[in-house]
Amino acid sequence: MSGTDPLLDVTGLTKHFPVRGGFPVRRTVGAVQAVDGLDLRVAEGESLGLVGESGCGKSTTGRLITRLLEPTAGKITYAGQDITHASRKELAPVRSEIQMIFQDPYASLNPRHTVGKIVSGPMEINGIDPKGGRERRARELLEIVGLNPEHYNRFPHEFSGGQRQRIGVARALALSPRLVVADEPVSALDVSIQAQVVNLLQTLQRDLGIAFVFIAHDLAIVRHFSQRVAVMYLGRIVETADRDDLYENPRHPYTRALLSAVPEATASDTPPRTRIRLTGDVPSPLNPPSGCRFRTRCWKATERCAAEAPALVRVEGNGVGHLTACHYPEAGRTMTSQAAA
Amino acid sequence: MNTPFLSVRDLRVAFSTEDGLVRAVDGLSFDLEQGSTLGIVGESGSGKSVTNLAILGLHDREHTDVDGEILLDGKDLLTATERELERLRGNTMSMIFQDALASLSPFHTVGRQIGETYRKHTGASRHEARARSVEMLRRVGIPQPDLRVDDYPHQFSGGMRQRAMIAMALVCDPELLIADEPTTALDVTVQAQIMDLLKDLQQEFGTAIVFVTHDLGVIANIADDVLVMYGGRCVERGTRNQVLRTPQHPYTWGLLGSMPSLDGPVDVPLSPIPGLPPSLLNPPSGCRFHPRCAFAEKVHGGRCATDSPPLEINGGGRGTACHLTAEQRREFFVDYATPQPN
Repeated sequence: MSGTDPLLDVTGLTKHFPVRGGFPVRRTVGAVQAVDGLDLRVAEGESLGLVGESGCGKSTTGRLITRLLEPTAGKITYAGQDITHASRKELAPVRSEIQMIFQDPYASLNPRHTVGKIVSGPMEINGIDPKGGRERRARELLEIVGLNPEHYNRFPHEFSGGQRQRIGVARALALSPRLVVADEPVSALDVSIQAQVVNLLQTLQRDLGIAFVFIAHDLAIVRHFSQRVAVMYLGRIVETADRDDLYENPRHPYTRALLSAVPEATASDTPPRTRIRLTGDVPSPLNPPSGCRFRTRCWKATERCAAEAPALVRVEGNGVGHLTACHYPEAGRTMTSQAAA
Repeated sequence: MNTPFLSVRDLRVAFSTEDGLVRAVDGLSFDLEQGSTLGIVGESGSGKSVTNLAILGLHDREHTDVDGEILLDGKDLLTATERELERLRGNTMSMIFQDALASLSPFHTVGRQIGETYRKHTGASRHEARARSVEMLRRVGIPQPDLRVDDYPHQFSGGMRQRAMIAMALVCDPELLIADEPTTALDVTVQAQIMDLLKDLQQEFGTAIVFVTHDLGVIANIADDVLVMYGGRCVERGTRNQVLRTPQHPYTWGLLGSMPSLDGPVDVPLSPIPGLPPSLLNPPSGCRFHPRCAFAEKVHGGRCATDSPPLEINGGGRGTACHLTAEQRREFFVDYATPQPN
């Protein structure tokens, strides 16, 4: 890290959801290890992309950071303050600085509230009276996200999916946050609308200097949006690096496989990248494999991988560098972006 | 030239709703040969799913007007009786849906659901149907098929359910398979597996596939021919390379410009299509794309708002429905479209 403390520092973050069963007395019979020992850092104004397949724990991570879920273990430090187990009262000032954008633009807006009420809601809750009043600020926010301020009194159902997502963005901006956690913010939208919202978020991130945790399964969108990228597999981060480094020079076998599986509209008869075929499914987080969790699908796995979980360590680079959790990392520079026909 | 296996001619589908008449498909034509794959691309509301339901005869007959011709192996499906369609569905033609969990019955085992179709069309016994189910599960790559055949859908993972649905669709070796966003709900690694599976099965059995998706990357991977739909009409069609490499229609340019890639330039903003997809209740006059089109004003006489451009076919099935002249398109495409690696 370049001297200054990161805005968000997460170490060893763990969330196990207990599974209850049995008869006649129900007791805890196991735990879904949704997130297991996760380390993450986000600098002020930086956008971190968090990618992974469904069930890898990326959404749980987002909810832990925003403290919508109580972590089982680990530590979350926000702006130098330990908020891991902070009470509601202690959290209140922090919460106004950390905001969230949700995936489903239909479920995340109250259908009975007008757009104005939705967008000024956070100000009301936090008792903030901006200059010129809440309504004026709300209209301003609507304009910032590309909506007509005159739609202040309309209801969510009068808007399309993309416009609703803009309302969600305006709400997240209402308190001028320092950190926004966006959980799959565009995956419910049509391709042409996705691009509009991605551009909007990117402009806001740069102009307002907001730090972003951008959670998504779409590797191309994460590449477009993020400065740093972390790849998750089954509750753990397997690789994290600066964007270009990660996409051009992936070191973890899973990252390579994931990148190679993305179909690209290059329309060439010979596939530009060699596909790595992963077989089987992601194992259940109820009973994850011992050692390295990817070993059951990894073509390089040995006995060591079953015995010993690889730590997330730096393989190269300066600054935070390129970290990967693998006993046998790839030699790098094998899959270049210029391979296309 | 022999007659194509599936031939759709001037298909029009309209629903009467409380708010008025919705023209979901408005004059769509295409052909599909055996053993090849047609990719239909379009956003929500472009009419792609409605087209599929009309082919299979699964539309609500009371509230839907269907016009035109759908010829499957020379037989018109639109004039066929419900009984004839029942004999064809699941047997000669079948369909894979996006949401596998919603398309499988939670109360019956996977094996029974696969076997049911087989029994209906072949009159096989329970025992034979079960053996066939196991064979199908093995063919789509489910491990331990003889055990998993007795599982219920909730015991399968998302990718396995999709495989089970493919097994169900293919149990009678159909000649036409309609896949409606079959991989959209899946993770990329599983999506890649499913696409490989479909390609392998197609090679083996020569199935004709209509593959509907909004993802141009998936299209590049699986389709031989591509048809781009917008507002219920075909705006562009051609072979995969024609449409993806030298797209002719501003909407296709917009789609390509909206998609970030894994190896394109990063620090330029995406070039999205402004505005919203049209309402089919009250579609724009003339070219349905003109309110969102950056080039509408370049057309002489402002025809885009008044005249609907016909789909001009120029040999080999390549066609574009746009008023821009060929020279204009060449000029604008170079300026506008995403740089293609060459």
